[in-house]
Amino acid sequence: MSDLRDLYQEVILDHNKRPRNFRVLPQPTHKADGVNPLCGDRISVFLDIDDGVIKDISFQGAGCAISSASASLMTEALKGKPVKDIEHLFEAFHNVVTTDCECPRGLGKLGVLAGVRDYPSRVKCATLAWHAVRAALEQHKEAVATE
Amino acid sequence: MNAPLALSAAPVAASELDLARIRADFPILRQRVHGKPLVYLDNAASVQKPKVVIDAIGECYGGYYANIHRGVHLLSERSTSAYEGAREKVRAFLNAASVQEIIFTRNTTESINLVASSFGGQRIGAGDEIVITGMEHHSNIVPWQLLCERSGATLKVVPFTDAGELILEEYERLLDSGRVKLVAFVHLSNALGTINPVKTLIELAHARGIPVLVDGAQSVPHLAVDVRELDCEFYAFSSHKIYGPSGVGVLYGKKALLEAMPPYQGGGDMIQMVTFEKTEYADLPNKFEAGTPNIAGVIGLGAALDWLNAIGLDAVAAHEHDLLEYATPRLNEIPGLKIMGTARDKAALAAFTMQGIHPHDIGTILDREGVAIRAGHHCAQPVMQRYGVPATARASFAVYNTRDEVDALVAALWKVKELFE
Repeated sequence: MSDLRDLYQEVILDHNKRPRNFRVLPQPTHKADGVNPLCGDRISVFLDIDDGVIKDISFQGAGCAISSASASLMTEALKGKPVKDIEHLFEAFHNVVTTDCECPRGLGKLGVLAGVRDYPSRVKCATLAWHAVRAALEQHKEAVATE
Repeated sequence: MNAPLALSAAPVAASELDLARIRADFPILRQRVHGKPLVYLDNAASVQKPKVVIDAIGECYGGYYANIHRGVHLLSERSTSAYEGAREKVRAFLNAASVQEIIFTRNTTESINLVASSFGGQRIGAGDEIVITGMEHHSNIVPWQLLCERSGATLKVVPFTDAGELILEEYERLLDSGRVKLVAFVHLSNALGTINPVKTLIELAHARGIPVLVDGAQSVPHLAVDVRELDCEFYAFSSHKIYGPSGVGVLYGKKALLEAMPPYQGGGDMIQMVTFEKTEYADLPNKFEAGTPNIAGVIGLGAALDWLNAIGLDAVAAHEHDLLEYATPRLNEIPGLKIMGTARDKAALAAFTMQGIHPHDIGTILDREGVAIRAGHHCAQPVMQRYGVPATARASFAVYNTRDEVDALVAALWKVKELFE
């Protein structure tokens, strides 16, 4: 059970049960859907970007605890950040969930998802929301898939 | 799970099986995953292979392998004889009238695509209708959709009840349109466990002169199938779900229909005579087996059928039914757990959801407890849509599973609850 606690940490279970920024933005400047064809999970992300800064960010959808918590924590981490930092943060987060590296400070509480690195089949769950944000910034009309 | 499982358990149910002996036939089951004894409950996706099947493939490659149907040399003769011997085993297994009615394919999916392409291409056109059911696997949906796109035909879907049983009145209503050219339905639903009343469904179609294809991918390892008694036109299944190797499928078709159908693929082995002006096709079954087939795989399937016949499908069905009867109330005791698919006639499979816990998380936690299940849409997304869920968790049983393994599943699910509370 102890190793499972490494994956399903309290923060993750909390964000799964009570996701933050879980709503639709009325007038987003950017939005996109993320789909994981493996499990059928689908989330939508909404961004309000002004002057190169993420003023507001939210998400909606249904997914597993890892994808829901990751999306919730991501919205907390990205709010107020300059858009130009997103790619770098995504890369850093990807390293956190796939390698043994330390979680950089800019990612806030997202470090709790480091346990995912021991569950390769769940990396796509952890990165789904990030893929959706990237798609939104690229203004993709269609849903982006993790495959 | 602190207590080790007694995996060599003697039969605990009133079944005639020697479970310890059956389990001993499966080398793969003797392992631990994440430090726990493997409890393999993903059998509806694919079952494990007994040693006789693994050995039959090894003996073919190690002892007498050569291409079939062409060599004058000894190895080719031996390979041909083993390959065609397996065809006879499949014929006997399904009680088909002739080996000419047994076509080897890659899997159930290819068997269905063969019928959609060859039979459908020849006989189904604009304005015609194809009837399937709401509980089909994608493999019995998409080939018909492709055919509809090509031909201008329309796909009609028989609905089912909350319990997961087809609504026969709706089925008859669809058949009565006068435009239905083919009915295709699943014998045993991989997403719900429902065993459909195939005999009745076939009779109702035949009463209106409509031919029937049965998707038997899930049914053949669990219940005896007699295609002459069923009287279906086509019956499709896969080797890998019936203890044989992956990469081999079977299509049974009535001889007169197969003879009238054009080839599915062209190539070697399916011809009588080729000139650049005209090609004469080979007789059945070779007409539908273009190219070098999965020779060792087919021979492995033959070995799997021998192995299964030695146990007897009636004993298999009784044992698996006992597992379902044992598992169902224990699963229902878990608060928030809901079983999807509660048909009166049901196979040993439990698809379920847990309140507030995604099936993907259930699957990961169970895996760490050594319990392998499937989490997802089971290639039956319309079934998920029918119940308004994105996915389910599914535990599916095979002949080698034990009541102890059901206990391990249930204990692991209680841990899931505990972790998420």
